[in-house]
Amino acid sequence: MPDVYDVAIIGAGVVGSAIARELAQYHLSIILLEANPDVGMGTTKANTAIWHTGFDAKNGTLEAKLLRRSYALMEKFIPEAGIPVERLGGLLVAWTEEQKHILPALQERAFKNGVTDVRILSPKEVYQLEPNLHPGAWGGLLVPGESIICPFTLSIAFATQAVINGVDLRLNFPVHHVHILPDGSKQIGGPKGNVRARYLINAAGLYSDEIDHMLGHYDFTVTPRRGELIVFDKFARSLINHIILPVPTPITKGVLISPTVFGNVLLGPTAEDLDDKTNTATSEQGLRALLEKGKAILPALLNEEVTATYAGLRAATEHSDYQIHLHKDQGYICVGGIRSTGVSAGMGIAEYVRDLLADAGLDLHPKSEYKPVHMPYIGAAEPRPYQRPEMIAQNPDYGRIVCHCEKVTLGEILDAIHSPIPARTLDGLRRRTRAMQGRCQGFNCRAHIVNILARETGQDPKFLLALDDAERFGGTLTKQREGSR
Amino acid sequence: MTTVERDVLIVGAGPAGLASAIELKRHGVQRVTVVDREPEPGGMPRLCHHTGFGLYDMHRILSGPQYARRYVSVARALGVEIRTNTTITGWDSERALMFTSPEGTGVVAARAILLATGVRERPRSARLVPGTRPHGVLTTGALQRFVYEHHLPVGTRALIVGAEAVSLSAFMTLQSAGVKVVAMVTELPQHQIYFPYSLARWALMNVLHSTPLYTSTRVTRILGHRRVEGVEVENLRNGHRTVIPCDTVVFTGDWIPENEVARSGELVIDPGTLGPQVDGGFHTSRRGIFAAGNLLHGAETASRSALEGRAAAQHIRLFLEKGIWPEARVPVRSRPPIRWIFPNSITSLAGGFPTPRFAFWLQAFVDKGTVRIRQGRRMLYTHSFRRLQPNRVYHFSGEWVLRVDLGGAPVEVWIDG
Repeated sequence: MPDVYDVAIIGAGVVGSAIARELAQYHLSIILLEANPDVGMGTTKANTAIWHTGFDAKNGTLEAKLLRRSYALMEKFIPEAGIPVERLGGLLVAWTEEQKHILPALQERAFKNGVTDVRILSPKEVYQLEPNLHPGAWGGLLVPGESIICPFTLSIAFATQAVINGVDLRLNFPVHHVHILPDGSKQIGGPKGNVRARYLINAAGLYSDEIDHMLGHYDFTVTPRRGELIVFDKFARSLINHIILPVPTPITKGVLISPTVFGNVLLGPTAEDLDDKTNTATSEQGLRALLEKGKAILPALLNEEVTATYAGLRAATEHSDYQIHLHKDQGYICVGGIRSTGVSAGMGIAEYVRDLLADAGLDLHPKSEYKPVHMPYIGAAEPRPYQRPEMIAQNPDYGRIVCHCEKVTLGEILDAIHSPIPARTLDGLRRRTRAMQGRCQGFNCRAHIVNILARETGQDPKFLLALDDAERFGGTLTKQREGSR
Repeated sequence: MTTVERDVLIVGAGPAGLASAIELKRHGVQRVTVVDREPEPGGMPRLCHHTGFGLYDMHRILSGPQYARRYVSVARALGVEIRTNTTITGWDSERALMFTSPEGTGVVAARAILLATGVRERPRSARLVPGTRPHGVLTTGALQRFVYEHHLPVGTRALIVGAEAVSLSAFMTLQSAGVKVVAMVTELPQHQIYFPYSLARWALMNVLHSTPLYTSTRVTRILGHRRVEGVEVENLRNGHRTVIPCDTVVFTGDWIPENEVARSGELVIDPGTLGPQVDGGFHTSRRGIFAAGNLLHGAETASRSALEGRAAAQHIRLFLEKGIWPEARVPVRSRPPIRWIFPNSITSLAGGFPTPRFAFWLQAFVDKGTVRIRQGRRMLYTHSFRRLQPNRVYHFSGEWVLRVDLGGAPVEVWIDG
């Protein structure tokens, strides 16, 4: 661990991890700081899981440009890293005459964004593609490039490739202050001491404005925009073939119905501006509104069981474009206001930030060896370990199913616990393996998995289940004491 | 991929599956295999360490694990092949299922298949309960696994959502784990706990009476970040909301069958039970595929499920030996406040059975009511009941099935208040 890192990145969400991965290709010492106990725990873990083409981005914006660039980079990275993706295409449906008249403008905007394969459909064509839609559509816009993706695997893949190529990852490190030292390096203070770096990148998502303030900038304010979502049972999957999109408004992309790469169907998100950056609770009104919307788009969906409900917060700002700023004099780059397109634009943002660093005077020398990453496959489109006799023959744990709903085997759970960025929490295991994410939500397997995780990591089950008094009532005090050491 | 051939393949080694396997073996059926995805056979009773099992099938009262062990040992002694850690992953053909186990993947083909995959409780998410997603939100089944199977800590103060028979099971499990039950809440105007025998009433009434019961109350929100800190409830009589502090919430009841194998096999699913549609002889809509136990109705006692498995065995033998399978079928449909009726179809074999018993389940209290059954304009049956309560099973006679016209309209069942 060097005294002074070349680069420190605050925030190991999908954007911070993508930047760390990009920079890990060069001879640099890098540290990735994350406030949470795992990577990808903010906006990254609770979104619509769509890989956008950027067809509807505002023309000429940085967002439109980076989405476009990212799309090409992702097309290369996804198969290499084994990220679950299904290229279903988006079908934007006009439900009123007024919306129908917006379609040509949207097509025009897509063309200008370089997405040239979009096509306006007649109502008849819409129902040919999606016979289960509610009657009454006025037409549609087909966007073949829109795809569904596993945002968990993607962000963990970015962070993993960074780590196996030498990036230091520091979890449980919320940043309390940033000071610029006389030599120009940045001192970044957290509860467990300080870190120093020559260059600082702020990818703190919902908290990126607060970090920006620490460096004396007041360019934007993050307003957490809550999106609630409902995930339906896998038996709903056969109801649709595309991502069913609404005609977007200036405020939001609207409520969509989309298959997930795990074989479920997702309905959401709502869009509600809040003050509290930790409020990821679902609400009665939100869920009710979603069900009404869902019924109006795909009536048969409501006959199926709900598997999960959740809420995420996107980092919206008062600006309509990304807030990516290089402060050359400070050796500081702010990467804020990424809203809801971090998964899709992450790789493009990372490349852009790399170039900004070079502008700021950082020497970039590529390493001779850059290790690839390959992630365990948790999607529904390709065989999983339980379907692969050759894997079971090598290790019977791949035939020992622990989570029956999602068919997650003991082998996969052990792999996740012993991976380069190990799962140390139930939530971490959930996102890495799908365990406990199925229709019974852990009715059958949760207790078993708590015991496996406790045994393999040496953690007390009480801690894993948040029943430890120290953590619950004295947690803050303990952290402060450790920090002062 | 290895293919195994059997006379009968039974999916689920719980009371229904094992009782059926035993009965088949006793009557000389040769190759009977029961598969179960769990590491141990026995089904859910294995996890219910309190007493109350075996009343109708064994004519004695045992604890859940004792009851499960008894079935497993009899089945093994009779030569039933029980394969544990074996998960059915799909259908290979009309009467062959694919499986995964630590030994590998494979296919079991059988002359007849019995689905006995059981039932579970709807989790909090399926009930659309809003709020945060902290640790400490369980169902009765999950709670029993925490306490009895994996010996994990549960919490200190628990709220039970529901006040029916299974809620009592949650109550007893929490008690044995040393967790205080802070309250039970039910959306209905009264609790729905009943005691199958007086000893249980005597043993439990006392402790139950010391636990607050909130009736006409619904859960509106779960609070807490890492761990549950409280539950917001609403009094449905006046709309008043309060927060009950607790670190554990147990959602009880609200049954949903484990119908994945049935649905992926495209069996006709009954809209009431959400399990496969069957007649009184446990014949599903697909030839050679039978179903029994709580997959068909959530939830009967283990004893009743076992009796069904036993009865299903007779019909499986008739199919194996004589190819007997129903030709015509008329569905039986119910409407609220009846949630489901079972059996939920009448077939051409109805005349050949001993008169089937019908069961139904209500979702609201009915003080005085008459169950009416008709087909088209023809009234088939009426029966008056008094003081019916929801969330428990009521039985009535099925002698009327002989009057059903198998070429006619669906049979309708409802209750007049």
